[in-house]
Amino acid sequence: MLRDITIGQYYPVDSPIHRLDPRVKLAGTMVFLISLFVTSGIAAYVLATLWLGTLIYLSRVPFRFITKGLKAILILLIISVSFNLFLTEGRPIFRIGFLTMTWEGLSLAFFMAVRLIYLVIASSLMTLTTTPNQLTDGLEKGLGFLKRFSVPVHEISMMMSIALRFIPILIEETDKIMKAQTARGADFESGNLIQRAKSMVPILVPLFLSAFRRASDLAMAMEARCYHGGEGRTKMKPLRYEKRDRIAYGIMVIYFVLMLCTRFLPF
Amino acid sequence: MKIIDAAHVFFDYVRRDENDNIEEVSHALSDLSLSIEEGSFVCILGHNGSGKSTFAKLLNGLNLPKEGTVLIAGMDTREEEKLLKIRETAGMVFQNPDNQIIANVVEEDVGFGPENIGVPTEEIWRRVDASLAAVGMQAYRMKSPNRLSGGQKQRVAIAGVMAMKPACIILDEPTAMLDPNGRKDVMATVHELNRKEGMTIVHITHYMEEAVEADRVIVMDGGHVVMDGTPREVFSRVEELRALSLCVPQATELAYELRQAGMPLREGILTREELIEELVPLLRRGRVKEDA
Repeated sequence: MLRDITIGQYYPVDSPIHRLDPRVKLAGTMVFLISLFVTSGIAAYVLATLWLGTLIYLSRVPFRFITKGLKAILILLIISVSFNLFLTEGRPIFRIGFLTMTWEGLSLAFFMAVRLIYLVIASSLMTLTTTPNQLTDGLEKGLGFLKRFSVPVHEISMMMSIALRFIPILIEETDKIMKAQTARGADFESGNLIQRAKSMVPILVPLFLSAFRRASDLAMAMEARCYHGGEGRTKMKPLRYEKRDRIAYGIMVIYFVLMLCTRFLPF
Repeated sequence: MKIIDAAHVFFDYVRRDENDNIEEVSHALSDLSLSIEEGSFVCILGHNGSGKSTFAKLLNGLNLPKEGTVLIAGMDTREEEKLLKIRETAGMVFQNPDNQIIANVVEEDVGFGPENIGVPTEEIWRRVDASLAAVGMQAYRMKSPNRLSGGQKQRVAIAGVMAMKPACIILDEPTAMLDPNGRKDVMATVHELNRKEGMTIVHITHYMEEAVEADRVIVMDGGHVVMDGTPREVFSRVEELRALSLCVPQATELAYELRQAGMPLREGILTREELIEELVPLLRRGRVKEDA
């Protein structure tokens, strides 16, 4: 179950999307998300679908990798869809007990679901095509102006990249601990929600212990390799905008304007 | 020239309770003096708690001595402004390969050290290429460290240290968590660095077989150096090693047992080949006698 989270799982192939500057991809994801929420209507969603489809095609990431992240939001999706379906005022379709499904609710629920799904797909696409290090480099440089307000941008981005590196390791460890506890008769499957939550304690305690030990080891290893914060540090892969990045920004603006134009369409 | 020079070093581990009162003091190192020549391959042996890892951490300023001095290429580890230079000179590889790889791509991890010491970008790339080539991991440079085996991860960690161009690499039980194949790969890599690049190697281990090919073996116990010499000298003292709950290489042990049983074998046999060389003529003579 935990393995299904695709965030932080870089898919290593060479594609036009992979080669873009991480700042472009970050900005692109933001623009896409904003465009989804400021528009509604069929035309906008057709355009958004085409846009996302083209990006996925260009990225050469297999589709099943992209949709993996959706499993994690399935419950959220079901809840938000059913709330929208039944709790929206309007022309009724049918009623079950006190619940009434309405046409307005149906369309709202549909668009909500599409928004959520596209949101997850877009951010998965970004993390699949950007190494976490590039991503944090992008954030560090993109948010570099915050340094003037004494925000520790470098430290935060370093923490993020390390956290991302350890997600798969800790997932593996959780799996190992769960198996070890199951082998000794622990039961994680049955019982109600509270019992299940309680049965997680014997997993969390050893997991935290080992995470702290790893953190201390890693801190030592970093120190041994002369890490001393962002000061006086050079970059192996410094971020520089290339021609393709400027073109990408241009296309992004065109897309956003088109999306805004759909607001003036009658459908 | 002496690359490492430790003189009369003391080091304590102090455990404190919540109120900062001293609960327990354990003397990890007491009056340890040791110097290591540049370009040599030194193995440090000792069972758990003998102070060997503590000593390793003194060599690049991760631990500072309570008393005494540790000089790395003439620099005192207690001088804070020289700390980065010291860590650049004496690189360190740790036991757990997972807990020392920082980046998510092999080549970025190798570049981490040079980035920290402010090497210009082009030079970082040159160093990363050279270091990955030196440990034979070029084919994996774009891979995620999570997809590598333990031995490969450890070679990446060694490349990461190499990229800082150290004069000396300290390896703190780098093979403890590896399978036999990974162990062989890592040892072959380390030996090659020593031979080809003239890198000083301080290898801490509890596998006796790994110590056989070293130039010098140091045995530690209770924070002291108890034996110091060539592998042949050290491993010929079988009883003393056993008293320290250390074993000797298999071939040495067999030769020792055979000699105890009355066979006229010479002392200081280290490898299987040497043992065969000694045994074959003896056995031939034995058979000739029987036939007669």
